[in-house]
Formats: sequence, structure tokens, C-alpha cells
Amino acid sequence: MEVTLRVNGTAHRVDVEPRRLLSDVLRHELELTGTHVGCEHGVCGCCTVMVDGHPARSCLMLAVTADGAEIRTVEGLAGPDGELHPLQDAFRRHHGLQCGFCTPGFLMTALAVYEEAPRMSDAELREALGGQLCRCTGYAGIVAAVRAAGESVP
Amino acid sequence: MTTRLFGERVERREDARLLAGRGRFTDDFEHGAAEVAFVRSDHAHARLVDVDVSGALDVDGVLGVYTHEDLEGGFGEPLPLLTPHEGIVAPRTQHALARNEVRYAGEIVAMVVAVDRYVAEDAAERIRVAYEPLPVQADLATADEVAGRFSEEVGDVDAALADALHVFTWRFAIERSASMPMEARAVVARWDIHEERLLVHDSTQAPTGIRGGLASLFRLDLEQVHVVAPDVGGGFGVKVMQFYPEEVLIPWAARRLGRPVKWTEDRREHFVGSNHERGQIHDVRVGVDDDGRILALETKFVHDAGAYCPYGIMVPVITAAQLPGPYKLPNYRYAFRALFTNTLPVSPYRGAGRPQAAFVIERTLDRIAGELGLDRAEVRRRNLIGPGEFPYNVGVTFQDGGLTVYDSGDYPRGLELLLDAVDYRGFEDERERAAAEGRRLGLGLAGYVEGTGIGPYEGAAVNVLANGTVTVATGLGTQGQAHETVFAQVVADELGVPLESVAVTTGDTRRIGYGVGTFASRSAVVSGNAVQMAAVSVRRQAQELAARLLEADADDVELVDGEARVRGAPGSAIRLGQLAVVANPLRYAFGHDATEAAMFARKAYASGEAPLREGASPGLNAVEYFSPRAGVFGFGMHAAVVEIDPDTCNLLIRRYVMVHDCGRVINPMVVEGQMLGGFAQGIGGAFFERLAYDENGQLQNASFMDFLIPYATEVPVPELIHMETPSPSNALGVKGVGEAGTIAVPAAIANAVSHALGRPVDRMPLSPLQLFEILHPEGTP
Repeated sequence: MEVTLRVNGTAHRVDVEPRRLLSDVLRHELELTGTHVGCEHGVCGCCTVMVDGHPARSCLMLAVTADGAEIRTVEGLAGPDGELHPLQDAFRRHHGLQCGFCTPGFLMTALAVYEEAPRMSDAELREALGGQLCRCTGYAGIVAAVRAAGESVP
Repeated sequence: MTTRLFGERVERREDARLLAGRGRFTDDFEHGAAEVAFVRSDHAHARLVDVDVSGALDVDGVLGVYTHEDLEGGFGEPLPLLTPHEGIVAPRTQHALARNEVRYAGEIVAMVVAVDRYVAEDAAERIRVAYEPLPVQADLATADEVAGRFSEEVGDVDAALADALHVFTWRFAIERSASMPMEARAVVARWDIHEERLLVHDSTQAPTGIRGGLASLFRLDLEQVHVVAPDVGGGFGVKVMQFYPEEVLIPWAARRLGRPVKWTEDRREHFVGSNHERGQIHDVRVGVDDDGRILALETKFVHDAGAYCPYGIMVPVITAAQLPGPYKLPNYRYAFRALFTNTLPVSPYRGAGRPQAAFVIERTLDRIAGELGLDRAEVRRRNLIGPGEFPYNVGVTFQDGGLTVYDSGDYPRGLELLLDAVDYRGFEDERERAAAEGRRLGLGLAGYVEGTGIGPYEGAAVNVLANGTVTVATGLGTQGQAHETVFAQVVADELGVPLESVAVTTGDTRRIGYGVGTFASRSAVVSGNAVQMAAVSVRRQAQELAARLLEADADDVELVDGEARVRGAPGSAIRLGQLAVVANPLRYAFGHDATEAAMFARKAYASGEAPLREGASPGLNAVEYFSPRAGVFGFGMHAAVVEIDPDTCNLLIRRYVMVHDCGRVINPMVVEGQMLGGFAQGIGGAFFERLAYDENGQLQNASFMDFLIPYATEVPVPELIHMETPSPSNALGVKGVGEAGTIAVPAAIANAVSHALGRPVDRMPLSPLQLFEILHPEGTP
């Protein structure tokens, strides 16, 4: 069936099977491969995108249910001239990534923190990020990065 | 002046791409490729009576359905044995598609290729397999079918035990776990029918090995096959196995169908189709004197090999060689049996047999201290290898077949740094105060020595482009270890160029065809030194050419800020890119540099010389290989402080301190990242990671809902203390660090928990339920 996916401000009219996952449509139809798939059962958080302002697991959503929704993916984080978002910049400065596979999901979850409650305590921050798995970093750099980005919010 | 970058906390060059969603992982290639779903055995051990694929063939969009009988020639033969060893008695490997029999639940029985994965899974569901169940052995404790066995002895263990004042026997066990990278495996293959070339993108830790194997299997020249490990989303060992069935089947199907074919493993497949590690049970007999000095130690142990042993007996071999760790065992004997079970095959996972080794020796030391009423740090102090004893020959065979000889280190200093940092001497008071409040505190110590940087070799290609960019290519790939940054640091220093001018490509056989792989904490050592050698060669070429052009002595030419300059002659300089053009004196028509190059050639002829000196090759470039004679040995000593609530058995890690020494550090930020990430996996191994098979060989927790990996809420931030004892065995003085963070963590935690509870902790991992059982061995109070 035909649906309209609004991704990073651009409307895409796509014809998809009702069973097709939003993650697969983003990655393989729209070729926005920054969104990664790590478990396909909603536990690891690699596929997290923003749907209508809230972090959502794109592997647990059918693309047809996102018809008309505003979707933000990691590709939309940087400025139009490629300038890194403060979160992306903080991840780089604080060594918040190694292989980079979980990173887009962390960034999109952290985006909600950054936009809604940038001054969390460490424990709150770890709780907020506690639905995302990273197997490389041990999380220290990620937590430090999100905290530093939050502190830069005026 | 160019600043030296070696040793600097340089931000990673790969980050901008990965942060912007522009990483390129295997599944990001070839949109529109045909996709694959597999039928995997439901049974842990069964005879295949019949595989009826007829239902699948009728599904719209199916392109091919295959079973073992479709595999011609070598494709139908068992997959290779990667690491032969004289101790292997039953070198059993599986077929890419099961032939007659399956030996673990998850083994591939049939393959469906379709227009996409959804259709392929639809069709796979229609394949009917008739199994005749066979007896299942899924428990290491009762397994008895031997895959391999090996033993060695240093000194005379029996005599030393007979003379020892105290002899103790204990049993230690570590359960099965797995690497679990966030990106599961993936393979995509394209067969070019016109050029008869195969191009494979593979989420592997060893693209060169995959390339060589595929060329051999397809009976193609090496040049006709290329394998690229693009961005790889973590490996931790599981992706160094070669060949997994899919790595043969996907290229095979691509050639057969004449179109690109892709397979991207889902997480459930990964649990039942990608190798595990860790399951070992050790019996230890140790003889000590009154001071707690170990006079002799014997370990007999069994290792769970799984259903096949494609990776040989590498894991128990490593355990055996590394069990002595930083301690002197004057008489040491090991004897292991690697036993088949009807479970997934086993190959290294970060630490690779060493977490088991550290657990055994460190629990042994704590138990010796307990039996003799000695201080646990003092027992360690008395047994440590001294700083003046290097090179230190452990006396047993290392994993590469050579002797286990530690190159350098200062272990007693590491222990003392740790004890000071964790306030070991003041801890008993704190513990007593806590006990008065009903809180149980414990402190655990554990150390390791990690053999890193094994051969046989790695290579590097360094090339200067006309625009001044220096390209670097390594045969080994990267899974997050920052090779694009640290190798660039080495080259930038050697050639006097800014970091931004160095472009590193890893794991692409189109760029350099020979290499071994990213595993065993070997990249910085083996590839790093190859990169250094190639950069030195290019530097010399540049100096010599600049000397000719600037009419100076080569020794007076220095490379700084992207230029070759003559010392003491300001204004006498030539850009490195310009040198590269002149070094390839062809009639490239574009640009001023090309004119200069042509003039250079004319001048050379005019003076009766050839433009290329004898033995030189065009351009500024070099390919060099580094082949170490032996591994180099990192070291570390950890302390864990835990608090346990005796009512709930909830455990809190109050402090965790890691002293570590990986030789000279190229980039402290990257090394810290490796240590912290390794630590997190150690925490997983200590508390969470247990792959639970039932008696039928069914994996009971094959999902992230059930097999637990620590989240940010479970991993504290450890304190790191660096030591730098350079390795005398390589020019950079480096040792590996990739696995170092993981090895000692379960041992340190076990010792801390044992200290807190006043009871032995001899099995890992530890759940709250197990803590309760340790605290209440008699049952519910």
C-alpha cells in the first residue's frame, strides 16, 4: 500500500507491503542506511529513530503505521552544511563510539534527552540511555558525551 | 613544525562518518540484491531423513532453493580446519549445508534465495525436513567424545607435589558465553560474469583469509577474487572464524544465479549460528610451602568444543599457556580434553581462553591464602615474576607453536600501584565498619599476562599522491579499534605530514592482498609495525629524491609540514606531493608539477643518469611486511570492591581499579576505550553472560530478552592506571590491548564476592540467585 513517510523534513511516497518494517523501508527503500538493525526484537536500540518527537524502535514498527508521521533519523542530525550536531561533536570528543554500529540509536535516544531534559544527573542519564546496548565502549564515553552536550545547552 | 602524534590523544578520524550515519556496513551495500533465508535444524542431533523443498519452489519471487546435493565439487566437502594442532584427534568440521546428519540446533539444512528476505523466509517455512532424532549430549560435565587433547609439563610436578608441605585440590568452572557484536554477521557477493571476478563484502575480522579460501574453493586465481571488510560493527572474536557456511554459500549462490546475493544474519540466527566460547571445567592440584609460594600446580580440564572444531583446540591451548599469568610456577603441568557436545562450535571470544585461565590461577591464590591464613596480596607478591627476570620463559608452548617467553614487564610495581590506589591496607577497617551496619564488603585482586601481537605477519602499503595525500592500506580490517587514526598517527610522524593528509583503508584486498586478520590483540603490534616500516621506506625515498633535486645530502633532508627541506638551508624545500610526481616521471600533462617532473627527467638524461635509479620503483610508495618472531606480553592487575546486601543478594561494585601495561601507547584515548570496553564485557562475563542449553541441546535464551548484556545501568566506570614498559621486540615498542580489559574481571569479582561472603566462589557467572546459594548452601534460611 502507498504511504507517505516524512523523513528529516522530506516527504517520500512509497509503496510497501503492510508487513514491511519501518527499519527495512528506511534502510533499503529510502537507502537511509544510518539507521541500523541489531536485534529485530526491540531490545538493543540500534534502530532507534524519532517518530513525531519521541524515540521509537523502527524494527518494532511497520512502515505503514508511520504514514504521515514526522520521522527523524541520524542522517538529519547534522546541519545542512555538514556541521555536526552538538551531540555528535560530543561523542567524538569523548570517545563515545568505537565500531559505530549502535551509535545512531544512541544519538537519537540522546536527542530526546538533549531536547527535553539536558541537565540530568548521571544516574538519570544512565537510566535514560539504559535501553540501548553498546558492546564496544563500556558506556563511559557515551554518558560523558551526552552529559557534555547537555551542559552546552544554553 | 609538525607535532609528534605518537602518544597523543588524537580524536578519531573515523568518527565524523560514523556519527553522521555515513558508515558503510555490509548490509548497506547492494540494495536490491537477492536475499537469503536458511532452514536451520530444530534438533541438536539427528539424521536427515528427507528434505522436501517442493513447497518453497512455488513461492513467487523465489530464485533458488538448495540442499547439500546441489553443492558441486569442493562446495560439498566439509568446511576447513582453520588452526591445525597435533593435539586434534577428531578434526570434525561441518558441511556448508548439512549432509545426512545435523549435530547442533541451528545447523543449516537448506538455503532459499529470493527477491527479498521476506519472501525468502516465506519460502523457507514451506520446506519440510524429516529428522530421525539421535542421542544428544549437551552437557560438558558428562561429555566424553574427544575432539582433541594435549598436555605439557614444566619441571617435575609429581615430585614437587610429593615434597610440598601443603597440597590442595579445587574445581573451577566458567560457563558458555559469546561475543555478541551489535552488528551480527553479513555477507554480500557479486559475481561479474564478463570479467569472471568475485567481489564479496563480509562482516569478517579476516578478509584476506576469506579471499584466499574462496579463490581456492572456486578454483579462481587470487586476482579474480576480492573481499572487503567494510565498517564492521564489532567482532570480539566471533567474526574471525572462517569459514562459516554462509561465507561459502552466498558467493556460491551469486555465481550460480549470476546476480548479487546478500545474507544479513538476524539476532536469533546469530545466537544459534555464530560461534560461542568460554565453557571449561578445571580441576587444580597445587602444592605450596608455608609462605604460600607455589611449588607445583597441575590442572586437568575439559573444554566444550561444541559440535565441530573448525577453530581446532585454540581456546584451551591458550588457557593452558596463559594460566600461569604473572606468577612463577616452577613445576607446572596441564592436561586438557576438548570434548564434543551437540551445541554450537566454539572459537575465541575476547579474552580467548584467558578469562578461564585468570579465574583458575587467581581463585587458586585466594584459596591458598585462605587455607594458610595469609594476606592475599602478600601471597601474590611472593609468587610474582620479578622485574629482573625478563625475558621470562614460562616453559610451555604458546598458541603460535613457539615458546611462551614474556618479553618485558614490571609486575610487582603493578601490584603495588594497585594496592595503593585501592587503599588495600585501609580496606579491612572499612570492611569491619560496614559489617557492623550489616553490609558485606569484599575486595578482590586478579592479574593476567596476555600474549599479544602474534604472527605470522601483516603488511602495509603506503603511497604518496600528487596532491600530498598519503594513503595507507592494511590487509587487516577494523571493528572499532580506530585503525584509521592510530596508523595515521604513525605515518604522519614518519613523513612529517598533518594527520588530515593521511587516509587509511583497512580490510580491502583490492588495496593490499596479503594479511592475516584482526584478532588476538595483534593489530597495533603487527600491522602497526608494518605501517611504520612502509612509512620509513617512503621517507627514505623522499629524502633521496629531494636530495637529488635540491643538490643536498639525503641525511640533511628532513620531512616537515608536508615538505622536504634541507636542514640549515631555509627556502630550499619541495612539497611531498610534488616529490611524488617527480618520482614518477611520466608526461602527465595536467598541472605545474607535471611540467617539473618532465624537466626532472630531461635533466637526469642530460647528466647521463636514468630518471629512476636502479632498484627504485615509480612514485613514492612502499609495501612492507612485519613478521614477528614471537608474541609480546601485556600485563595487568585489577582490584574490585563490591558490596552485597545479604538479604536481597543485590551486588554493587563500589570501585574497580585496573592497572595495565600494554607497552608504548600510540593513542591514550583509544587504549582507554579498549580497556573500558573490555571491562564491560568482563562485567558481562562475571554476572550475566550464560548461554543455557537444556538437555536436548536447545538454547534456552537465544534472544537479548533472555541472554543479558550489560546496559549503561550495569557498568560502572573503572579507574585506570597506566604503566608503559616498552616491548623490546618491535620498533614501536607496543603490545596489544584489545582483550586486556576483559580477562581478569570475572576473577577479580569472584575474589571480591568470596571475600565479602566468606565463602568460595568457584563458578562464573554469578546471578543474584547464585549469590544466595553461595551464602546459604544449606538452602533457604
